Amino acid sequence: MRMPKLTALLTATAVFTSVLTLAATAADVHVLNWKGYGADEPWAIAAFEKATGNKVVNDFFNSEQEMLTKLRTNPGLYDVVMINAAFNDQAMAEKLIQPIDTSKLSNYADISKDKAGSPMLDHDGKVYGVPWVWGLTALAINEKSFDKPPTSITEMWNEAHKGRVVIRDDAVEAVQFGAIATGQNINDIKDMEAVKAKLTSLMPQIKTFWSSENDWNQMVASNQIDIGTYWSGSADRAKTHFKLPVSLVIPQEGAVAWLDAFSIPVGSKNVTGAEAFINYMIDPKFYVEWVTKVGAPVSANTKAVEALPEDAFNRKVMGDPDVAKRIQFQAPITDAQREAYLALWQQLKVDVK
Amino acid sequence: MAAQGATASRSGLRSALPLLLPAYLWLTVAIFLPLSAMVFFSFMTDLPLSGKPWALTLGNYAAFFSQSLYPTLLWASLRLGLEVTLWCIVIGYPAAYVLAKVLKGRSREAIFLLVILPFWSNGLVRIFSWAMVLREGGILDTALNAVLPFKISIDLMYSYPAVIIGLVHSYVPYMVLTCYLTLQAIDDSLIEAGRSLGASRLQMLKRVIIPLSMPGLVAGAALIFVPVVGSFMEPRILGGRTGTFYGTVIEDQFVAVFNWPLGAALSFILLAVVLVILASAAPVLRKAA
Repeated sequence: MRMPKLTALLTATAVFTSVLTLAATAADVHVLNWKGYGADEPWAIAAFEKATGNKVVNDFFNSEQEMLTKLRTNPGLYDVVMINAAFNDQAMAEKLIQPIDTSKLSNYADISKDKAGSPMLDHDGKVYGVPWVWGLTALAINEKSFDKPPTSITEMWNEAHKGRVVIRDDAVEAVQFGAIATGQNINDIKDMEAVKAKLTSLMPQIKTFWSSENDWNQMVASNQIDIGTYWSGSADRAKTHFKLPVSLVIPQEGAVAWLDAFSIPVGSKNVTGAEAFINYMIDPKFYVEWVTKVGAPVSANTKAVEALPEDAFNRKVMGDPDVAKRIQFQAPITDAQREAYLALWQQLKVDVK
Repeated sequence: MAAQGATASRSGLRSALPLLLPAYLWLTVAIFLPLSAMVFFSFMTDLPLSGKPWALTLGNYAAFFSQSLYPTLLWASLRLGLEVTLWCIVIGYPAAYVLAKVLKGRSREAIFLLVILPFWSNGLVRIFSWAMVLREGGILDTALNAVLPFKISIDLMYSYPAVIIGLVHSYVPYMVLTCYLTLQAIDDSLIEAGRSLGASRLQMLKRVIIPLSMPGLVAGAALIFVPVVGSFMEPRILGGRTGTFYGTVIEDQFVAVFNWPLGAALSFILLAVVLVILASAAPVLRKAA
């Protein structure tokens, strides 16, 4: 008598939970993105849910590697994933993401042609990533420490800022920054020794290695730093949203540019919802609100950028053809390269101890 | 007699089995299996997760010896572990003595609560609070300058001392608790006997109290030394430019480049080194105890 009862109970529980899971996934859009990066803004989610009836469930990653791991280990869980274009190739090769039917996205036609046609996102005539926003890893300064903003990357090496310089704790970014400082192509570094020498001479200047936007903003708020590498969108956010004395400097030597795109993972249970969400994310209306309320990088949608005021940073400075000539977009790098960069970076960090 | 004892212990084991089972089942599932997987990973060229072909190799262990970086950092981490343990003894042992032998009743409870209090807050929160205290223009700097007649500038943030302070703060309760337990167990009449035989306070400490509380000191030191050697969060947040340690490079392998095999190999080398240290210290300490 006891056993059948138990079995019945277990079966009932199992059926009940599976029904629950089914009901939960039917209209859910599971989004994987950086935290605090547009897709999790409460007002945006509310507007999207109201318009489409889908429910947004956010999940976050702290590094591109973590994002790939989450896709590998949770097949079928996510419907939308935000992938840096330089990693799109790897995600596609590992069969983690599927082609996107862009005819379902009404805003896709407005995406600037150079971004939409990027060979990093399109493979064999199929689109694996919808360009969302792009931005720069450039320099940002603490306005309190400068009478007029510097123009050259060499300011990082200026003795006057010793112990008040920061750089992100990221091997790839550090090495590419070194490449720009030594006048090289970031995607084809010929003289690694020069990069190493240049970064070695930078190390004594460094106060700390930052890893999140919050680190940077805290250090400026308490006036501990003068200058450091920073992301364009974050610098904008620090100024407009947190009212900090931060301004972005795009050095004459150039800056590292990156392109972020949305993809749909293989096994997504709600492709229609995913398409609707991606379309909403590249919509001018969402973008303008994001820039005004929070501060954001530059939209890949030309109409969205045009909807900003004439003097908006993302339109005036980032849209400047002069800037476009100086910046270099990050291309995919191999695992072997990434490990070599990390080894170099760790060695530099140990040598300075 | 012997046979009788054996049956007694066997039946004791049988009746203890249901009580032990949950703990051992948990240990097997939650620790032993993942750890064995990590041992296996450490001998692989690539993770099967990434969909690439993989093979067995010793290369990950060889990497430790072929690059001076890793031994240098391991040495730095061992030194960090020793220093933090030493400071924990210096701060924790007297506190434990006072708790066990001097204070009684209410005041003992109150002080005990203060010792355990840090355990109730999240580790990350503790570290970030230290960041607020230690930086230039932070709480310590401002407070000292408000009291002192001359101007001093204290900026301990992003330095080696900041890492030590953060780690000692996190781990000193272990030392207090383990030493308290052994100190409390010392019979007061032993101390009275020593006193009445004319031993000075220092002699009492050296001949009676420290030897009798040695097991607590050793347990506390091991509890602190092992995690500190592998620590990465505190050095990364508080250490700034000087915050690169063995633990942080292991974390990099897992998080930044997805090279789990190398990360796992580095971890097991650390484990081996720590075990060798503990094993070689054991006879000396047992004699002392």
